[in-house]
Amino acid sequence: MGRSLKKGPFIDLNLKKKIDDLNRTSAKKVIKTWARRSTIPPEFVGHTLAVHNGNKFIPVFVTENMVGHKVGEFAPTRIFRGHAGKLTERKVSLK
Amino acid sequence: MARIAGVDLPKNKRIEVGLTYIYGIGAQKARLILQETGINPDTRVHQLTDEDAAKIRASIDAHHKVEGELRTEIAMNIKRLIDIGSYRGLRHRRGLPVRGQNTKNNSRTRKGPKKVIGRVKA
Repeated sequence: MGRSLKKGPFIDLNLKKKIDDLNRTSAKKVIKTWARRSTIPPEFVGHTLAVHNGNKFIPVFVTENMVGHKVGEFAPTRIFRGHAGKLTERKVSLK
Repeated sequence: MARIAGVDLPKNKRIEVGLTYIYGIGAQKARLILQETGINPDTRVHQLTDEDAAKIRASIDAHHKVEGELRTEIAMNIKRLIDIGSYRGLRHRRGLPVRGQNTKNNSRTRKGPKKVIGRVKA
């Protein structure tokens, strides 16, 4: 089920404050964040977020198309390296 | 004969059913279209007059995305997900289920026929 429209999208306020500060000074800085559950509002476009995936921070450059998605969608938490005993080109393609 | 949106409708079916042969039109939209154009849904496709067919065509053009146009839209939506590098895009790229279903078993619709791996020689 979707979220109630009355509440509007969930946006992590700490993250938003930091981005708003950057927008005010029109500075560009990579922002480290754990707020994977936050929706991406239009103000984020053009900034780079370093999104935590549980292990390290994945740099995500926010583009227009990403608005409305959650921050965490762009930093995968699992890395599938293929099944045991199956030597494939998959391992290569997965860098 | 009755050619609507680039699809030949089956001659002997009721128009309500015949319209569902168009990609993007199911039972619900078929009923809606016939309601709007005031055509009896029990008419057989081959009994359709030319005016009726024209009315249906106009109604579809005005309100519904069908066939190629609809397919393009869906493909573009998927392409967007892939291009922005989202999790859903990755799943599309891999041909795995996109909406969080289990993949330990089943999911054969997305994964295709079983591939046997590492079977011991009998």
